[in-house]
Amino acid sequence: MGILEVKNVNKRFGGLQALGNVNLSIAENSVHAIIGPNGAGKSTLLNVLVGKLIPDTGSVMFDGQSVLGRKPYEINQMGISRVFQTPEIFGDLSVQENMMIPCFAKRDGSFMMNGYASVESQRDMLDKAEEMLVEMKLADKRHMHAAAMSRGDKRRLEIAMCLAQDPRLLLLDEPTAGMARADTNNTIDLLKQIKEERDITIAIIEHDMHVVFSLAERITVLAQGTPLVEDTPDNIKGHPKVREAYLGESQDAA
Amino acid sequence: MLGLSKKDAGLLLIVGLLCLFAPFILNPFPEGSAMAQFNGGYPDLMQRLVIFGIFAIGFNILFGLTGYLSFGHAAFLGVGSYAAIWMMKLLTMNIVPAIMISVLVAGLFSLLVGWISLRRSGIYFSILTLAFAQMSYALAYSVLTPITGGETGLQPKYTDPRILDSALPAGQSPRANLFGLDMKATSQLEIGDWVFTFNAGYYIAAIIMLIAFYLSMRIFRSPLGMMLRAVKSNQQRMNYTGLNSKPYTLAAFVISGMYAGLAGGLLVAMDTQVGAERMFWTASGEVVLMTILGGAGTLIGPILGAGFIKYMENIVSKINESVLEQWFAFMPDWMGDFMVSIVYPFVGKGWNLTLGLLFMLVVIFLPGGLVEGGQRIGKLFRRKKSEPETPDGKTTPAE
Repeated sequence: MGILEVKNVNKRFGGLQALGNVNLSIAENSVHAIIGPNGAGKSTLLNVLVGKLIPDTGSVMFDGQSVLGRKPYEINQMGISRVFQTPEIFGDLSVQENMMIPCFAKRDGSFMMNGYASVESQRDMLDKAEEMLVEMKLADKRHMHAAAMSRGDKRRLEIAMCLAQDPRLLLLDEPTAGMARADTNNTIDLLKQIKEERDITIAIIEHDMHVVFSLAERITVLAQGTPLVEDTPDNIKGHPKVREAYLGESQDAA
Repeated sequence: MLGLSKKDAGLLLIVGLLCLFAPFILNPFPEGSAMAQFNGGYPDLMQRLVIFGIFAIGFNILFGLTGYLSFGHAAFLGVGSYAAIWMMKLLTMNIVPAIMISVLVAGLFSLLVGWISLRRSGIYFSILTLAFAQMSYALAYSVLTPITGGETGLQPKYTDPRILDSALPAGQSPRANLFGLDMKATSQLEIGDWVFTFNAGYYIAAIIMLIAFYLSMRIFRSPLGMMLRAVKSNQQRMNYTGLNSKPYTLAAFVISGMYAGLAGGLLVAMDTQVGAERMFWTASGEVVLMTILGGAGTLIGPILGAGFIKYMENIVSKINESVLEQWFAFMPDWMGDFMVSIVYPFVGKGWNLTLGLLFMLVVIFLPGGLVEGGQRIGKLFRRKKSEPETPDGKTTPAE
């Protein structure tokens, strides 16, 4: 029984079957990659997992509880954090404030009317944010406008914000899309380090085969809205069905 | 001090001193001189400056922090005013229950309007609030005439029940007071040609504005304030960080509605009458102008904007043709006439034209409002001073 269990999920947009009978089980403390060609339904699946879309049929259970019909903030409070394709951070706020907001969300829940105490008086939150900033090597940028950072740093900050909530499942949507090789490698190293240091399950949706094969312990291949195979990276590489559906299009991708 | 940082405490102190010495600051010209036109130190105007300051401070908590642009805040001001005047008719002419009820009623009304309007964001939210405000105005003007007095409005009458007050002596009209202190009580100080007026109502309103300003500072610096800025910055990230943005925006909406109600109650406390035109959409637009002109999202901007606009409205609109002729009397006739005809469209009834031009200039050249203007001037001076040490005036971030 995995931490995330997707059973018989179907999602149809008009005439298009975006997801057809998707079954997926993500084991606790694993790194699980979901790959597939464009239009395979990767993003639709992700949006179902985080509560943005409600599937037509099927069930999605996280740690024994259904996530269906819950709002994104409720699903996050259950322990699922999401990293977006383009870094989503609070651009108008300082890096330190960006780091504090998830700390507050973790401590105070989805809403807390705290309009009289100053932020400076919340020592525990400041300390927790500082700890994360140091760990993620962002401490020297703490007073910077988050929007002014480089793309690599924004990605690093977004991942740090997710980790500050101690999520049980971290979902990454093409975390290296549009990145230079050096930044991509940095991100891979960062994710490896995160996996080593904490008890966390990572699910990653990715185009870049280099990233997938460097990180994943298990890989699910989606094609036309349906899981084709699920196996270890070594077996996936040589799998004829996968080559046909996906890698066959570009032999040099792996 | 008071849980504020040094800088914020300094700002509060400056605003406090400005309020305290406003009767002097606004009356810089001797009585009877040509420039006396520009004296703003009379009770009616000073009261309006601080009351609309409260209105704008509250509006800024919604607009400045969350970015939700409400075009219907005059409705809350109006509802607060009606609530206050009914307290004065039914209970007592003491302003305390009137003001408390005005805040409460405006808070409840804004909870309802906000709950519905905040289902949408952006322009749809603005239109929804505008629709609510115009509905309120239309209702107050027509259907609700038994409660609002319709076209004539409401004022306390000799025959009102006023169950807490003892009966008025025959022929005396009811006057707003704070435990016996008449809001219209004034004393004058004459120094040479200068006349300074001190008014009880103004100082009470100013103290309430300082409290309102202090509370808004606390909100700005609090976790709530940070969350509200997060709403403006990225709602998507907020929702995926486990935060429900709806109650946060609703809280900001209700708080700003209560500030508007407080301003409405104070308007009644100073000048005991209400009309429906107080809720008209131009009144809602005015507070938007005040906030943007002063600097949305800054602490002191809305106060500056409110002061600026109310001063212009009362002073520039008073300048008429004969005043202009007096000003240009030193010129040859033809040149004087020419100057009068050039300047005339911008003053008197045309003061809105001046305001509109200034507003455009500010929005185009100083998007941060008057506060940004002040900061730029400040920077200019600081740069001049520190030039010998750091040639470029700022240190580049290490990256």
